Amino acid sequence: MNGGMRYTRRKITGHLMFALSLFAALCTVLVLFWILGYVFIKGASGLNLDFFTKLPTPVGVPGGGMANAIVGSIEVVGMAALMAVPIGVATAIYLSEYGRGQLANVVRFTADVLSGVPAIVAGIVAYALVVSSMGRFSAFSGSVALALLMLPIIIRSAEEIFLTVPNTLREASLALGVPKWRTIMKIVIATAGGGLMTGIMLAIARVGGEAAPLLFTAFSNSFWNIRPDQPIATLPVQLFNYAISPYEDWHRKAWAAALVLIFMVLVLNVWAKWYALRNSPKG
Amino acid sequence: MRIGRENSHNEGERAFKGLIMLFSLIVLVIGGLVVYELVSASDLSFKKFGFGFLLGTQWDPVQEVFGALPFIWGTFYTSTLALLLALPVSLGIAIFLTELAPGWLRQPIGFVIELLAAIPSLVYGIWGLFVLAPIFQTYVEPFLGRFSFLPFFTGYPLGLGILTASVIVAGMIVPTISAISREVMYTVPDSQREGGLALGMTRWEVVSKVVVPYSRSGILGAVILGYGRALGETMAVTMVIGNTPKISLSLFEPGYTISSALANEFAEAVSKMHVSALVELGLILFFISIIINTFAKLLLWRMNRGMKVSGV
Repeated sequence: MNGGMRYTRRKITGHLMFALSLFAALCTVLVLFWILGYVFIKGASGLNLDFFTKLPTPVGVPGGGMANAIVGSIEVVGMAALMAVPIGVATAIYLSEYGRGQLANVVRFTADVLSGVPAIVAGIVAYALVVSSMGRFSAFSGSVALALLMLPIIIRSAEEIFLTVPNTLREASLALGVPKWRTIMKIVIATAGGGLMTGIMLAIARVGGEAAPLLFTAFSNSFWNIRPDQPIATLPVQLFNYAISPYEDWHRKAWAAALVLIFMVLVLNVWAKWYALRNSPKG
Repeated sequence: MRIGRENSHNEGERAFKGLIMLFSLIVLVIGGLVVYELVSASDLSFKKFGFGFLLGTQWDPVQEVFGALPFIWGTFYTSTLALLLALPVSLGIAIFLTELAPGWLRQPIGFVIELLAAIPSLVYGIWGLFVLAPIFQTYVEPFLGRFSFLPFFTGYPLGLGILTASVIVAGMIVPTISAISREVMYTVPDSQREGGLALGMTRWEVVSKVVVPYSRSGILGAVILGYGRALGETMAVTMVIGNTPKISLSLFEPGYTISSALANEFAEAVSKMHVSALVELGLILFFISIIINTFAKLLLWRMNRGMKVSGV
């Protein structure tokens, strides 16, 4: 009898704890929809054609958009990818195909350390490296900061993908007399292609929304600029500057920028997932 | 003929390997450059203030007196609070996903939580600034103010301060901690669960006495990794913490973190000493993050004995 009571109590405790964990999961999902929904409603009202085609206007002048910041973001992130992707993929090839011994461990450890560098610290490094020697803020220095953030993400995701390529494929190619480097180029990279693209897209999504490393490298600019050696406007920095300003009209544009950023991140993530499913290596 | 071809193969192989090695060495150079630049650019400040920089409480760019303590305090205070808030929620999610959710629900909820991790910090920031802070100012903080006999709930409810910043950061690290804990808990063999059930445990007891203890070093790794993220978090915190260098226990008071000081002051710093002091703040943040991240990865690595946990 007593044992039965105790068992009931244990069961009730269990149900209660499971109910709490269900509640935690539910709340998290609800908060996500709350944030997304709010940004969507607020952002949609500030979004129009001008947002994508016009320059920002001075305070008090209605209209205007963030065309220069959108182009600036694409330029800065694009240059960052041009720097980080080749180094990252090559390093991943080294680690997965050749990487044995002390040097590989040191490289892997360095990549791990780099992945722990906070975004704002990457900005400081780019500042010390590029801005203080050039004497001014520049789009290029912003790209250096973002490349620093992208590099460890790409190394890790590419290495993981290369390791999923079945060894039998490598062995078959080598057995046919194909040299190792051609095997890597033609078999390993080709098989891993889908996953590689997924990793790169996710890395772009990660750094594309970053403002911290750009605040004092790419800085900002109210005018058109595409020259890499000049300060450039980017969407995240513009969002930040507008959000903390006291002007109602700028707040509206900040929400619109937030919506564009979320949209970009969602599209890249869903696309990456879909791409990974479609092109996953099947031994 | 054949020998010649083999030679060209060897040359190709050597050239390819050389190129690959060269790129890998670039990674080492970059790692070295990061440390070198941070140390050399903070030299001026380090020479002037020495280790007193860590304990100084004054931050005055005009007088050129710089002390990092209020920022270090703010960074650890908000991050620790965020961790305390995020931990039960994250564990709840991980337990729900591994032990409770029906198969068809696991994938979609897992994806939603990954999305939560992908939302840029700025979006959390703008939402925190315009939605959460007013709610905290009018409802949450006045309610908590009733417990003002505790030092945590004293002061005037401003909405922008330590509490709001901690809640936002908690929301940002929940996906990290829960995603990794989930992966770790998936690796618990079913035979362990069955053993528990066979001994007459309830399903909850299996979770709390078998699954969680079995994966504790992995969960600890996830928690420390989440803590590392919280420490370096910048934009969202900058937008809601109130940006006042102050050391106070009260959660309603505005504060300042290392990263938000950098975000606010770096672009406007004029004097060499000011820039150097800011870089030294960055160096401190860098060291803290590296130590914490390395520790977390060691734990996760040991847990998996080399098996990869995605999302780490």
